Amino acid sequence: MIKYASDDLVVSAAPHVRTRLRVPLVMWVVSATLLPAIAWAGYVFGPWVLVVTAAAVLAAVVTELAITLLLRRPQTVSDGSAFLTGLLVACNMPATGWGVLPLYVPVVASIFAIAVAKHAFGGLGQNWINPALAGRIFVFFAWLPAMTGGWAGSPAFDVVSSATPLNLLKFQSGMMQDGLQAGSQAVLGMRLAPSHGDLFLGLTPGCIGEISAAALLLGGLILILLRIVNWEIPLTYIASTALFSWIFGGLAMTGQAPSFFTGDPLYHVLSGGLMLGAFYMATDWVTTPVSFGGRIVFALGCGILTVLIRLTGSNVEGVSFAIVLMNITVPLIERMFVPRRFGTSEGRAA
Amino acid sequence: MHPRDIGLDTMSSPIRNAFLPHYLYIPLQQHIGSPAEAVVAPGDVVSRGDVIGKASGYVSVNIHTPLPGKVIAVQDHVTATADRVPTVVIEVEGRFSLKGQVSRQTDAWKSLSRDEIISRMKEHGLVGMGGATFPMHVKYSVPADKKITTLLVNAVECEPFLSADNRLVIEHGEDLVTGIEIALKALGVNRAIIGFEADMPEAVARMRGLVANRSNIEVLVFPVKYPQGAEKQLVKAATGLEVPSGGLPLDIGVVVSNAGSLVALKEAVVDNKPLFERIVTVTGDAVEKPGNYKIAIGTRVADVLAEVGLKKKPARIIIGGPMMGLAQYSDQVPVTKGTSGILVLSARRAAVYRHRPCVRCGKCMTVCPMGLVPLLLVSRVELGMDDEAKKHGLLDCIECGCCSAVCPSERHLSQAIKLGKLRHVAKKREAAGD
Amino acid sequence: METIIAAVLVISGLGFLLGYGLAFAAKKLETTRDERVAEIEQCLPGVNCGACGYAGCAGYAQAIVAQGVPVYLCAPGGAAAATAIGRLLGIAVAESVPMKARVHCGGGDDVTSQKYRYNGVADCRSAAALFDGFLACSEGCLGLGSCVNACRFDAIDIDARGHVSIREDACTGCAACVKACPRHLIELVPVDRRVHVLCSSTEKGAVCNKFCSVSCIGCMKCEKACPHDAIHVSGNLARIDYTKCTSCSACVAVCPKKCIIDLGKMPAGV
Repeated sequence: MIKYASDDLVVSAAPHVRTRLRVPLVMWVVSATLLPAIAWAGYVFGPWVLVVTAAAVLAAVVTELAITLLLRRPQTVSDGSAFLTGLLVACNMPATGWGVLPLYVPVVASIFAIAVAKHAFGGLGQNWINPALAGRIFVFFAWLPAMTGGWAGSPAFDVVSSATPLNLLKFQSGMMQDGLQAGSQAVLGMRLAPSHGDLFLGLTPGCIGEISAAALLLGGLILILLRIVNWEIPLTYIASTALFSWIFGGLAMTGQAPSFFTGDPLYHVLSGGLMLGAFYMATDWVTTPVSFGGRIVFALGCGILTVLIRLTGSNVEGVSFAIVLMNITVPLIERMFVPRRFGTSEGRAA
Repeated sequence: MHPRDIGLDTMSSPIRNAFLPHYLYIPLQQHIGSPAEAVVAPGDVVSRGDVIGKASGYVSVNIHTPLPGKVIAVQDHVTATADRVPTVVIEVEGRFSLKGQVSRQTDAWKSLSRDEIISRMKEHGLVGMGGATFPMHVKYSVPADKKITTLLVNAVECEPFLSADNRLVIEHGEDLVTGIEIALKALGVNRAIIGFEADMPEAVARMRGLVANRSNIEVLVFPVKYPQGAEKQLVKAATGLEVPSGGLPLDIGVVVSNAGSLVALKEAVVDNKPLFERIVTVTGDAVEKPGNYKIAIGTRVADVLAEVGLKKKPARIIIGGPMMGLAQYSDQVPVTKGTSGILVLSARRAAVYRHRPCVRCGKCMTVCPMGLVPLLLVSRVELGMDDEAKKHGLLDCIECGCCSAVCPSERHLSQAIKLGKLRHVAKKREAAGD
Repeated sequence: METIIAAVLVISGLGFLLGYGLAFAAKKLETTRDERVAEIEQCLPGVNCGACGYAGCAGYAQAIVAQGVPVYLCAPGGAAAATAIGRLLGIAVAESVPMKARVHCGGGDDVTSQKYRYNGVADCRSAAALFDGFLACSEGCLGLGSCVNACRFDAIDIDARGHVSIREDACTGCAACVKACPRHLIELVPVDRRVHVLCSSTEKGAVCNKFCSVSCIGCMKCEKACPHDAIHVSGNLARIDYTKCTSCSACVAVCPKKCIIDLGKMPAGV
């Protein structure tokens, strides 16, 4: 008696009209917004940058393919998350001249990121640590010289292959200040130390994805407008870094008496991995709190730790460690910000 | 949140009478509670408005036939919610006239007592027309210990893309006002609030005009935001009070009724007309002539679609709206008292959702109108940790579907929470000794 | 030199102090426990599945000592646990046959037709809530794995076609799957009963024949073939009375739909 309608009628669970912003689209869009920054680095520092990027991405995608096949999990290469992780790993690799950075460094970083940081914990959505940062930290300690040296210069843009801006900040703050004040062309006619403008555009040595603050800012704003990335984390992270570097930055400069409120917040914000971290790493959905309040606390913590490590730690750059340390605290932070249930007076789960 | 616009606006489509079908399939269960019992048998001849199913028990209502004809069977048939429901099948034939059934505006009903009004509700088969189909006489028989202060009229469309209530208010505003007055008398209360959404300006203006000189009926307009039409959300918007978790609006002195239900109340009490037809929004990108149609209960969706025409191959036939509606596998399901909309989507608008792993973006939590954390609830349900899910508010979920609608991983969050509730009910039944 | 001596003295001193402190606390703050509880707990498998009805193995051990509940309630522990506990408490325990879960449905994608394509949560209960499930048979196994998820011993498998199989060596008879199945298709049956009817459909033969090629059509050939009066058709479905069945499999041979199966010899060590 029951007549069956055509095969085409699917009984789907409600709701039947849902968002178009799905995970694969999000991953590919984020990857697309990273490409300008990487392209700029390639343009300024040469094609090895692109080779390194390709190696990292390829390693990430192949690892994902291999693991999903071996563990008999559903195939997830097409959702773009491995590709994105590969790109972010590449962003953390130093921009060097041709052949200076051995290719096994980004490859191992990618493999570690995908296999250990992501799949060993259960795959997409189950990792507690940002995979790209995990890969970066792993190879950072495994091959310290490769990751902290070999910075490329760019004769075309008068960038000397010397220390990165943060390196200057920690070890040669005198030269850094001269460069800022004198507008950088002053020292031997070459950009030995960058000005704020250089930092913003991306004419300083550094890691591939860290160089161009302008490209990262543009990409980040696009992501915020598309509601892929929330605005509270980048804003809080950058603001707190600026604030604390302003307050405490002047304590360790050479050539001046230690004093509060004399730091250079703009220098701190525009150099190193802060822009990359604020827009792309610290906003990763999986490893950051789900609630608005939680995210503010998270970003605040990242800012404090970044400045702390940069100013007092032995490491020149603090962003990756700061973010990873805050990733660890995320479950605790989330407990503080459970929403209030409608019809009850408590905000905590009873 | 509000679902993305897929261009299905029928707000300005006036109500049209649908064609009368050749066959009526009238299910004996169109309401919450115990099914009605058939009081006709194959071979019986029935007239328009005859009782064909009698209420069985307290939480049950009568069911009437909208058209005259001959009963040809009483058998199991598919409905929008269940696969096999006892259904009276009627072959439509004979004549009927609408002449004597002009909508009257007399005051004769004012001599009826409260109890008489309430028993009319049951006799004439009145149920909540917002989709829940809760028997009206049960809702209005408020227990003695609950003090009611306000009648809240829900004129907010319960779902996006539906417009039946909007047109009802515009074209039958006076009936609604009379219905409100009858309901106020039934409750013994003298204050009513009518809630509208901001995308119904014509209806708002009409209503404001009609109640301008009545101080006890207030018109309020709320921003367009699904699920504004949900009971608890509407009560909070209108009165500022939250219905306590696990409670009902009458716990805080409010009774909520759909605008369509109150118009049906007026027709039952003033025109002595039982509930056997309703306004249904028929829309969707696959539909040739979308609009608001007055359809007789028991008309099959296939017949409705034959009238409105299909310009694309349907990939989904949804009874209700896009957020909480039920996808159908058969076009033989009949329109019933709770059918507020028929949404037919083509393959372009309907997707198959893949339920990927959760990426902890938190969007579900941001949109939940009940302050729940769906990603947490669903993860507990999927792990079988039902008790912990309940502690975090699983049973408070109103199944509005907002969480699933925003999830970038296409997870069936709302359905998974519903699974937790189903297991809860099964466990309770098992404990009670099945 | 002084620093070394000082360091040694300080650390040793601390060690002694803390050591005595711990010993003191162990004595002073000791809770009295009935030793039998711990011993009984040793006899139990420690899986904490709750099949006995108590809060884990510790809870069951506690209940045995405190409330004298029966000692054979542990399904995973089986006869071995019951006997061991009995020996501890000085009670004689009768040997009982282990119970295993059996799924009374042979349906799958290759033999059962579907009403509609389902797109939702992969759980049998969720699918069953929508028009009695996507199978044309409203009583059959939906194959989405609610039982697999419920099983704590990995004893249930569903293959790609939706056919359920139970691994006898892993199944402990804890009944979690029995409760999980929304269609009540799973039954606990003594392991030595090897013949089972793989159908639960009460539809008339002509009807269910159309939607499943291995459904029981109620033809009664099995009932007539059985020499032990152990199988009867009622409500269009053949049902085996396990108290009478001897697993002779006479019914298996005559069933025209091949919906009665013989599991063969009992595996060793079960």
